[in-house]
Amino acid sequence: MPLLAEEVKSRIETAEPGIAMKVFRNSILLEKPEDLLRAAAFLKSAPDFRMDYLASVTAVDYLKYLESVYHLYSIEKKTGPVVLRVRVPRKDPRIPSLVGLYRGAELQERENYDLFGIVYEGHPDLRRLFLWETFEGHPLRKDYVQEDSEVLEAADIEWLDRHGISSPKEVRQHALELRKQGKRAVAEKDGKEGA
Amino acid sequence: MIFGSGIFKGLAVTLKNLVNSYFRKPEDGGLFTVEYPERRIAVKEAYRNFPFLVYDGTQAEPRCTACDICAKECPPKCITVVREFDKDAKPLKKPAVFDIDVSVCMNCGLCEEVCPFDAIYMDHDYEVASPDRQQKLLFHKEDLLKPAEYLRKIRPVDAAAIEKRRREAEEKKKAAAQAAAAKKNTP
Amino acid sequence: MHRTSVRDRNEIDTQTLEINFGPQHPSTHGVFRMHVVLDGETIVSLKPVFGYLHRNHEQIAENITYLASMPYTDRLDYLNAMTNNFGYALAVEKLASIEVPERAQYLRVIMAELTRLVNHMALIGFLLNDLGAFFTPVLYAFREREKILDLFEEISGSRMMCNYFRFGGVKRDVSDGQLAEIQKLVEAFPRFLDEFEALLAKNEILCMRCQNVGVLSPALAVNASLTGPVLRASGVSYDLRKVDRYSLYDRFDFRIPLGAKGDTYDRYYVRVLEMHESVKILRQALRGLPAGDTMNKKMLPFLKAPRNFKPPVGDAYGRIESPKGELGYYVVSDGSPQPWRYHVRAPSLINVTVLEDLCVGHKIADAIIILGSIDIVLGEVDR
Repeated sequence: MPLLAEEVKSRIETAEPGIAMKVFRNSILLEKPEDLLRAAAFLKSAPDFRMDYLASVTAVDYLKYLESVYHLYSIEKKTGPVVLRVRVPRKDPRIPSLVGLYRGAELQERENYDLFGIVYEGHPDLRRLFLWETFEGHPLRKDYVQEDSEVLEAADIEWLDRHGISSPKEVRQHALELRKQGKRAVAEKDGKEGA
Repeated sequence: MIFGSGIFKGLAVTLKNLVNSYFRKPEDGGLFTVEYPERRIAVKEAYRNFPFLVYDGTQAEPRCTACDICAKECPPKCITVVREFDKDAKPLKKPAVFDIDVSVCMNCGLCEEVCPFDAIYMDHDYEVASPDRQQKLLFHKEDLLKPAEYLRKIRPVDAAAIEKRRREAEEKKKAAAQAAAAKKNTP
Repeated sequence: MHRTSVRDRNEIDTQTLEINFGPQHPSTHGVFRMHVVLDGETIVSLKPVFGYLHRNHEQIAENITYLASMPYTDRLDYLNAMTNNFGYALAVEKLASIEVPERAQYLRVIMAELTRLVNHMALIGFLLNDLGAFFTPVLYAFREREKILDLFEEISGSRMMCNYFRFGGVKRDVSDGQLAEIQKLVEAFPRFLDEFEALLAKNEILCMRCQNVGVLSPALAVNASLTGPVLRASGVSYDLRKVDRYSLYDRFDFRIPLGAKGDTYDRYYVRVLEMHESVKILRQALRGLPAGDTMNKKMLPFLKAPRNFKPPVGDAYGRIESPKGELGYYVVSDGSPQPWRYHVRAPSLINVTVLEDLCVGHKIADAIIILGSIDIVLGEVDR
């Protein structure tokens, strides 16, 4: 059974005063990320709610801010969902981690860190999940530009020299130019993408 | 229950299956191996493998009008269509180039669903393996064009429904054209 | 490696061994790597490593239309294509408030339950393969699975990558001949299940190797967001078909099998019992299948022009009980034909959270069985 966000909001306000919240599309938008732990802990332990099952932790990139969305259900009472949203700026996004309350958030928060760059403070082991450790960038952000893997850059030329593999002069010059301009070799967007 | 009776019961089941495999029919527990490639299992009518283009009269008159809708809807974007222009640079309703990159195509069938001219359908031919990824696995217009009888052969039920729909649409168009001409004649 | 000294034989100086249960391994159900630290044969710590099958499914979906993502969802959990389609269709229907006609809902239930049979047969076969019953149970199960896959080919066009569901219904109707085939299969299935139980259920080797191995407590299962047969084998009764009652599941009468202990044997046996319940649901669905259309009339034009389908601005989370757990889709729309954000809540990824807790203290051979009983498919884990 779905729960109305208005009722949940008023219950949280009476029980845990001081948490600034707004109702947005039948979900609760927490104004300050630091309140997330208190709100989630209340929802988990309150006898009316008993939201003991965190179904999904998702992150979305709305160009001005990043948003982390939590869907909470109750296995004991078979109700739900209660949707919590937290918004953080794009530079240095930090949200408290829910791993202490819900073990199930562990891998999903790592995935959001990997693909969006949101740092979850308090996570026991925050490192990349799908991509390799030395990958640069966060691919699912809207401003991510993929590097062009066919063009050699200065670091690649240095690696080739170290291993005794020669490279043509134009390729070396192009790589040095890129380094002088401080640019990365980026892939052009394919004109056919999208309808 | 002696220890090990569970294992013996399991072995009895396998023994029964072994004996039955000599005496039963394939659907009922017998041997159902088909020796490919000497014998093949017929594919079902709805089976979809790579696409092909349909032409009605000759290869020079395909049903395709190069509208590019299938290329836009294709999820992995494996279709390339270029319209043909005649010698006065006027556009014709025919494709000059129709390429399908079969190594990218994922056999989803969306091109068949969205085509407004009944021009592209999913083939049944699955023996398209080749040792060369660049040359053989890029199908051009000549490799893709097949006659309408071929469509009727591989998909009889669907082809009957499609042809009925096309006939009815033709007749409606003719009737509408006749009615418009009649209205023009009587002021 | 250990050095023994003759004087004090009670204290043997040992070292732990770090091995990679590498991405290429016949028993890890895909390209899945486990970094295992062993003391002799006992596991001290185990860290799973993912990402070998990452195909950026979520980013591809942001560049193509909603309908064009449907064939990609087939390839998420590649054994159960129909239920993946089902979850995505439910999420988008919630987003755009699309109604589904009754006949289409019954057909969806039939396909979902057939998929549950397909998945559990593959899982039981491969779990027993990992135990060492080299391929006999697999092929017994696959004989029946082949009949269901042939049915999928007749109905949707492809054995595994079905692409059958659409927003507002299903792609094609099922003919009477195909319904008769499903009926025949459903009638013959209990006999196969009985034969399978006689083959395996009281087998002493199976019992000795699976009972009391990888015991999962209900509190940990709920806290770690586990769902599906893994959760129900620990005794927690939570099945989305009964809780959410999506797609007319409340019209069917079926039970939810629960396990008592939460060990590997319970996880295996719960799935066998679930197959019995699926057969019950299939019988009821076939009996009650109404006549009608298979597609919402308002959505028919969008079948020919998916690029015109623009759901309203908003977001929706649609979830179903897939054979592996809760499969959820979170779709955010900005009013354009392409989704703004598309996320798949994959049960296999979340179910692996507890792999280390279950495996520590057991032998390395038990780790394979525990992984097999949790039932992961790498297409879903890595997307």
